[in-house]
Amino acid sequence: MNKAGWIFKMAFRDFKQNKAKLFLFVSSIVIGIAALVAISSFGDNLVKDIDSQAKELLGADLVLENNKPIGDQDLDSIAIDRASEVNFASMVAFPKSGESRLVQVRALEGAFPFYGKLVTAPESADELFRKGGKVALVEELLMNQYSIQVGDEVKVGDLIFEVVGALQEAPGQTGITATVAPVVYIPKSFAEETGLIQYGSRLEYMEYYKFAPEVNVETLIEPYKELWETEHIDEDTVEERKDRTGRSFANMSDFLSLVAFVALLLGCVGVASAVNVFVKEKLPSVAVLRCLGVSSRDTFLIYLTQIVAMGMLGSLAGAILGTLVQYVLPQVFGEFLPVEVTVGISWSAVGFGVLTGVLVSVLFALLPLMKIRKVPPMMTLRPSSDSLSLAQDPMRWAVLGLIAVFVLIFSWVLLGGWKEAAGFSAFVAGAFGMLWFVGTGIMWSIRRFLPLTLRYPIRQALANLYRPNNQTISLIATIGLGTAMISTLFFVQNQLLDQVRFADKEDQPNMLFFDIQTSQVTEVRKAVENEGLPIMQEVPIVTMRLEEINGVDKSENDDLSDEVRKSRGLYNREFRVTYRDSLISSESLVEGQLHTYQNDGDSILVSVDQGYADRTGIEMGDKILFNVQGRPLTTYVGSFREVNFQKVSTNFLVLFPENVLEKAPKFHVIITKTETDQQAADVQNRIVKDFPNISVINLGMIVDTLEDILGKISFVIQFMALFSILTGVLVLVSSLIISKYQRMRESILLRTLGAGSGTVSLINTLEYFFLGSLASLSGILLSFIATAMLSVFVFDFPLKWAFGHAAIIYLAITGLTVLLGWLNGRGVLNKPPMRILRSTS
Amino acid sequence: MTVLKVDKVSKTYQSGSRQLTVLDDINFSVAAGQSLAIVGPSGSGKTTLLGLCAGLDHVSAGSVQLAGHKLESLNEDQRAEVRSQEIGFIFQNFQLLPTLTALENVMVPMELKGQKDAMKVARELLAKVGLEDRLTHYPSQLSGGEQQRVSIARAFANKPKILFADEPTGNLDTDTGEMIERLIFDLNRQENTTLIMVTHDLELAAKTDRIVHMRGGKLVSDSNE
Ligand SMILES: Nc1ncnc2c1ncn2[C@@H]1O[C@H](COP(=O)(O)OP(=O)(O)OP(=O)(O)O)[C@@H](O)[C@H]1O
Ligand SMILES: [Mg+2]
Repeated sequence: MNKAGWIFKMAFRDFKQNKAKLFLFVSSIVIGIAALVAISSFGDNLVKDIDSQAKELLGADLVLENNKPIGDQDLDSIAIDRASEVNFASMVAFPKSGESRLVQVRALEGAFPFYGKLVTAPESADELFRKGGKVALVEELLMNQYSIQVGDEVKVGDLIFEVVGALQEAPGQTGITATVAPVVYIPKSFAEETGLIQYGSRLEYMEYYKFAPEVNVETLIEPYKELWETEHIDEDTVEERKDRTGRSFANMSDFLSLVAFVALLLGCVGVASAVNVFVKEKLPSVAVLRCLGVSSRDTFLIYLTQIVAMGMLGSLAGAILGTLVQYVLPQVFGEFLPVEVTVGISWSAVGFGVLTGVLVSVLFALLPLMKIRKVPPMMTLRPSSDSLSLAQDPMRWAVLGLIAVFVLIFSWVLLGGWKEAAGFSAFVAGAFGMLWFVGTGIMWSIRRFLPLTLRYPIRQALANLYRPNNQTISLIATIGLGTAMISTLFFVQNQLLDQVRFADKEDQPNMLFFDIQTSQVTEVRKAVENEGLPIMQEVPIVTMRLEEINGVDKSENDDLSDEVRKSRGLYNREFRVTYRDSLISSESLVEGQLHTYQNDGDSILVSVDQGYADRTGIEMGDKILFNVQGRPLTTYVGSFREVNFQKVSTNFLVLFPENVLEKAPKFHVIITKTETDQQAADVQNRIVKDFPNISVINLGMIVDTLEDILGKISFVIQFMALFSILTGVLVLVSSLIISKYQRMRESILLRTLGAGSGTVSLINTLEYFFLGSLASLSGILLSFIATAMLSVFVFDFPLKWAFGHAAIIYLAITGLTVLLGWLNGRGVLNKPPMRILRSTS
Repeated sequence: MTVLKVDKVSKTYQSGSRQLTVLDDINFSVAAGQSLAIVGPSGSGKTTLLGLCAGLDHVSAGSVQLAGHKLESLNEDQRAEVRSQEIGFIFQNFQLLPTLTALENVMVPMELKGQKDAMKVARELLAKVGLEDRLTHYPSQLSGGEQQRVSIARAFANKPKILFADEPTGNLDTDTGEMIERLIFDLNRQENTTLIMVTHDLELAAKTDRIVHMRGGKLVSDSNE
């Protein structure tokens, strides 16, 4: 008879008996595949949408941008339409309530956007706004926050505008940008009159161009690029914007795919451990087949065929689920998306998901399945439950190697670099390894040190953890890793917030007035002091650009080789510097010392932030030529400082000595401290009323904004982490179902021996309690380590342990485990124990 | 003194639409200290009867009185309490808890009663069955005969009034079976326990004080009468 045919037939016969159980085994991968398919479908569709909506993203064919007015361009005559804008950060006040808020003011002239539109409520507001007059469009978020209605007034600088509508959408805007920098549109004709076009304002001048459809913008602008570069004009075209947006969302979806991949790997551990149980149960049948003369390879194939079939089914189920999940993703990511996202089946994503699912489930199932090859026919005669040791089986190592290669390649595809892929793989292996180690260690010590004096139900529950086929260790690994992901997320988020809130402690300043003109300094000082607030710092600021380093200018620098070239950013940046001969509390010297400037003709020695110097390639003693409002100034790097940018303070990349910049045009910053958020708001409103050109930042507002944004980000990540938790739950449920029969027998036996239902359910509950505790505590331990590493190496935070949050997570996960266990064991208690006399085996 | 009184007991199972009478009007009683063998062909209802006597299942009709307790008037937890106090069990397939060592398995019945010296007694019992050097072994590390010896030690652990055994030697070879038999009878005598045993082995049955025969769910002969 045809061998392959026979193997299939045998596989099918066996499969009929096992299908429910086998499906349960591979079900652990369903969630992971679903997550993967959902994310990649969404990513695919997003790319298409960005492509098709690219023009709406930019709103024009070409945008030019500079920090001073952009003069006439040759292009002006070619364009079929033009619009221009100047935008800057400023306070606006709402006279109705007297409240004020820092916003992004956009003073617009012309029919921008040429593609897409400003979506407003009422819809007609866009038209009204363009009719002229002192009218404004205000970001809807802001209107809600300050209870502003259409028809109310908004004060921008010295002028009062009528709010004609709420701004809901504008090209390239997202929920996030609206939160960070809410926009107020005013007509450009009034920009000058607001009095906000002043020295020190971070002005951004934009020119929007619309060309005839047949014009190729890229070739059109090619000849001007060099000129623009020297004038610090940035250009942005539809293609560039599309690439940039596409790239950042590709990064996002790759990152999220990695999170999904972790969920998949968790599921695979579940598969491996369930198949391990399956194999153990099958060993007697395998032995019988071997006795009957079936070769070890063919027996192996009989079971492998079933696993492949099931892996396929599980992956298909995952792909279908993932395609459905995709429909909620636009809601989840809504705040981050600058385009309308369409959802739909992405066949490439489905194919990718199914292929990954089959491959990965088979690879992981192979680990235990390999045992089948080693079953001696002798087992039929003398069944030995002792597991067959596979440690020496070279094939097993080969499979482990394949798994490692698979993880590596998969992460390489998503991360795009071998180093990152190796890092990620090492992280995954390390996390699993650690959880495995903790799990095994705990099991071993329970078995080794469990005191006989412990109360019986506790001891029995703990002993149950190493019940044969209980999968305790893989449960600890899967639930633990899920827990670790969620809690690391919480911890980091809270640490970030704490860090900002902490700045409000003690005598740290928490309020900052900037854009103060030299003529206003005395008055503002007085006004602040009249409010009863201390002047903690008063800092003059001068803006300048860098012309040359060591005689090398921008274009010469571009021609240098990689090793000696400095960062191009140095030449493009507008530096805001201050001057003083001493350090403030947020600074410390790391190299060299501060040099004062005493006499004309002395060299000017400046101090540079060390981190910035490292990033850009500035070295000690470098000669830097600055352009201070048109006047050249030669300086030398005399010291490096370390600046703590987390403190609310004025921090500077470059610090000048006194007696150099006193005469230069400058503006001022005053820093103070308020006692309460309410006081901060009141003071801000009064100062802004008297000095409309002054901008105010208070820490309370920053914390609110940060909290808002972190909330949005963490919602997305939590959504993704949910897949891991769900997978953990699925692995738990499947292991509970697999061991249900055995648990039932134990419960019945205990009751036959006279245990009351109370004792039996206490033992069960305790078992799940211990399992949940071990898993969640290992996970929390892992996340403590991860958070600590992030704090020290990435964020540079002081270590702080979030025991409160850890406790909540611990209770939630353990509670969930106990609940699931209880649901699983519910039926046993009211069955008559008669079955004990009938059960075979 | 009577420790077990089975009075007009019937047991029927509903299988589909059919009523299957497995036990039909069974009557007998057992005096304290007596040993009794229940024999009969396969499917005659021996195991069912044993289970009903031990309160593992409900009777369909009639009544079982065990050590003074009317079993049918007790709920499941109360019956469990009766088992804990009065009954020991030996099974054909040993039924040890796989996650506990031999010593811990023997301790279970005493711990359920809240007995303080459980460990000491368990050690003594395991010594009596010849397993003093296997205390920390798990069931999977013991042979069938050894597992059955552990289960005998466990059966006597709570000093039961009545010991129930369902084919205790059914899964063992002849020599080991004989050793197990000897152990059961010895301990039974020492502890003055009542023994009720289901067996196919007529030689074994002959060693008891009394034999009842079953056929087709009926008690067809009783050597006591
Ligand atoms: N839950 C049940 N539902 C229906 N019929 C049952 C059930 N349990 C047992 N029976 C039937 O009751 C009859 C008696 O079974 P029992 O196990 O008591 O026999 P037995 O004398 O112990 O047989 P053996 O010597 O083979 O162990 C059998 O015909 C069996 O099929
Ligand atoms: Mg029977």
